[in-house]
Amino acid sequence: MTPTKAQDNHQGKLMTGAEIFVRCLVEEGVDTLFGYPGGVVIGIYDVLHDLTHIKHILTRHEQGATHAAEGYSKATGRPGVVLVTSGPGATNAVTGIADAYMDSIPLVVFTGQVVTKLIGNDAFQEVDIVGITRPITKHNYLVKDVNELARTIKAAFYIATTGRPGPVLVDLPKDVLAAKAVFEYPKTISLRSYNPVVDGNIRQIKKAAELINEAKRPLLYVGGGVISSNASAEVRALADKLHAPITTTLHGLGAYPEQSKLSLGMLGMHGTWYSNVAVDQCDVLIAIGARFDDRVTGKVEEFAKNAKKIHIDIDPSAISKNVPADVPIVGDVKRVLKQLNELVKPLDTKEWLKTIDGWKAEHPLRYKQDGSLRAQHVIDKLGEITDGDAIVVSDVGQSQMWTAQFFKWKHPRTQITSGGLGTMGFSLPAAMGAAFGRRDLPVVCISGDGGFQMNIQELATVAQNNLPLKIFIINNGYLGMVRQWQEFFWKKRYSHTQITSPDFVKVAEAYGIPAQRVSSPADVEATIRKALAHKDGPMLVEFVVVPEENVFPMIPAGQTVNEIMDSPEPLKQSHATHKTMIHAKG
Amino acid sequence: MASSTTNEHVKQHTISMTVENHFGTLNRIAGLFAAKGYNIDSLTVGPTEDDAVSRMTIVTRGDDQIIEQIMKQLHKLIDTIKVVDLTDDTFVDRELALVKVQCTPTSRMEIMQISEIFRTKVVDVSPKTLTIEATGSQLKVDAVINMLKPFGIKELARTGRVAIKREFQGEA
Ligand SMILES: Cc1cc2nc3c(=O)[nH]c(=O)nc-3n(C[C@H](O)[C@H](O)[C@H](O)COP(=O)(O)OP(=O)(O)OC[C@H]3O[C@@H](n4cnc5c(N)ncnc54)[C@H](O)[C@@H]3O)c2cc1C
Ligand SMILES: Cc1ncc(C[n+]2csc(CCOP(=O)(O)OP(=O)(O)O)c2C)c(N)n1
Repeated sequence: MTPTKAQDNHQGKLMTGAEIFVRCLVEEGVDTLFGYPGGVVIGIYDVLHDLTHIKHILTRHEQGATHAAEGYSKATGRPGVVLVTSGPGATNAVTGIADAYMDSIPLVVFTGQVVTKLIGNDAFQEVDIVGITRPITKHNYLVKDVNELARTIKAAFYIATTGRPGPVLVDLPKDVLAAKAVFEYPKTISLRSYNPVVDGNIRQIKKAAELINEAKRPLLYVGGGVISSNASAEVRALADKLHAPITTTLHGLGAYPEQSKLSLGMLGMHGTWYSNVAVDQCDVLIAIGARFDDRVTGKVEEFAKNAKKIHIDIDPSAISKNVPADVPIVGDVKRVLKQLNELVKPLDTKEWLKTIDGWKAEHPLRYKQDGSLRAQHVIDKLGEITDGDAIVVSDVGQSQMWTAQFFKWKHPRTQITSGGLGTMGFSLPAAMGAAFGRRDLPVVCISGDGGFQMNIQELATVAQNNLPLKIFIINNGYLGMVRQWQEFFWKKRYSHTQITSPDFVKVAEAYGIPAQRVSSPADVEATIRKALAHKDGPMLVEFVVVPEENVFPMIPAGQTVNEIMDSPEPLKQSHATHKTMIHAKG
Repeated sequence: MASSTTNEHVKQHTISMTVENHFGTLNRIAGLFAAKGYNIDSLTVGPTEDDAVSRMTIVTRGDDQIIEQIMKQLHKLIDTIKVVDLTDDTFVDRELALVKVQCTPTSRMEIMQISEIFRTKVVDVSPKTLTIEATGSQLKVDAVINMLKPFGIKELARTGRVAIKREFQGEA
């Protein structure tokens, strides 16, 4: 980001902590701040009142602010910045902080705090937010001296955005914001106790290349680290050079275009049949910025049991945490791959790819076509109409998995969802954040009826800012993902998973957002086209879908590929996805 | 963690680390052990030759995989400057115990003899008690305490372990 003028001539001036705070953000090139005011941060808000080059977005709940910052960060690659007040403002932000921690998203969250001499006194709106967030931040600070403020903010941005990214919280007592100091923003910072390794060990990289060059059935297993490292081009170069098939995690979607024949889509619990079988059959597994999450591995002892494993990750503690790596490489994916790509040779994978194509033809992603409306159809159409040129933000549950499976992922930073924490209510605020950060692609929010009601208040933020967001609610009348587990594993006892909803169309209209309801597959395409054509404001579409549909394939938690449940739909009566059809033809 | 902590590969490790002497650092480290379910046999913190740096000595146990994770997780904390597992190195370690033992005029001499054999110090005397300061390896401190038990231990205060790596004794 190029810092705008207006920021000059402030270095060396005496100013209040509140002014210093705002000047630091300007120096960092922050253009968007998601927040909510309150007593102890009122001084900062007073400074923001006159400032034009930082856009403050008033969300309707602090959870919304943190998720919006996550969405902004995921879509733009820049850190998301949040400002909230002490006490309830800070605790409301906690879920979003935990979410960002689990998904390694760089956030800098500023919380107000009571005056330093009252800390520990059960003062009005006091909570120990540094204590509360210690296990869910990469690092956090309580600033006790205004002279430490600028340096601490510099450190916070540095820590959040380097190494394995993550949220950093800075707690700002009211008196520190009121006290005065000379403003000096350090240009650079170095911390003796924090020096992330970015360059891979060349001996390890050579070992990896030797292993790869001998592979008969290589497989790339690509995760969110590739997106955060902006290394899609390098991954693509590796896969294409090796002619190696590639599967991605939920967070890796978009790292490699799924239209390519080498793509196997997502692996894991709800991954494609063929990606999971390929993991089981491969002889060299190249894990790139992926953390062997249990939703991916199932039973860890059996995961890729026939393969030697190469694991590239910037976080040493992610390596061999769940599955032992034969060749660990600690470093930034982009840098490591640049070196690795030079050392590997094209492989003859014809047989391997032919086998995989057979699996693709026999076990495509598919769903029933019987005239009733299904979420898969909605997402399939969205992928077809946009041709993958959209940022799609999903909530948590069945609708999330169908989005992952059926959308045609094409570009990095277009797939945004809550994976590690699985936070229902994530999608609407995160989509807002993405829309504030990016205007080059349409932003579509896809949510279940349950999740949508968890942060429905953010419709006001969408309306107030007239964000061109397309909001698709998949209404099945159930907390569908839990209902699916009850159906499969709890004798269909649907305990408290039926959920009622307001009339979403009327709700949207009450906020001044145009809305429409669709209940027939015949109306899906026209409605999506209409929503996407409505470029200068938001639109909400409620899709009323069949109530008891299930997500397939499914590997039950902790089990292996041998227990995979594929869709019961016979190939003929069902619709296999467009992207899979291309695969099947080879 | 995938592996259990009760198998035969579990071993005691002495980890020595230097950390930034910031407020909350101890909390972060204790919190890490609690959150991940790692054992702490003992943990000591104290100043070093540099005011801004504290040294912590952590005695923990686990199999190789767990110890590897503990080391990585400790290293990952932003305030950690250096972590070393001293277990496979030669290192000097000490614990200290203050043991208040009951005594009668007849047992007093016997207790003092034990103290002498172990080269511990008597640091307080009253008509009915003796307080002994024992310093040494965990084994030695255990042995002293065991020998004193039959007399009746009234109170016991014991530190955790502190440790430091031995320097290489090269040719002069
Ligand atoms: C209902 C539900 C179902 C789910 N089902 C599935 C499923 O079927 N399949 C699936 O894949 N997921 C699924 N998930 C998501 C899952 O829980 C995990 O969040 C996800 O698998 C983790 O993705 P990842 O391995 O790419 O790691 P991420 O969480 O994206 O972590 C990124 C990794 O890359 C590393 N990294 C970061 N930056 C760099 C860099 N510059 N260089 C090198 N390394 C870097 C990090 O250290 C980290 O190890 C599901 C989630 C929910 C809520
Ligand atoms: C905040 C939160 N609470 C509970 C859950 C557990 N949970 C996971 S999926 C799910 C159901 C989601 O239902 P809905 O939003 O309607 O989406 P669907 O699965 O029907 O597509 C629930 C309750 C969660 N992930 N997040």
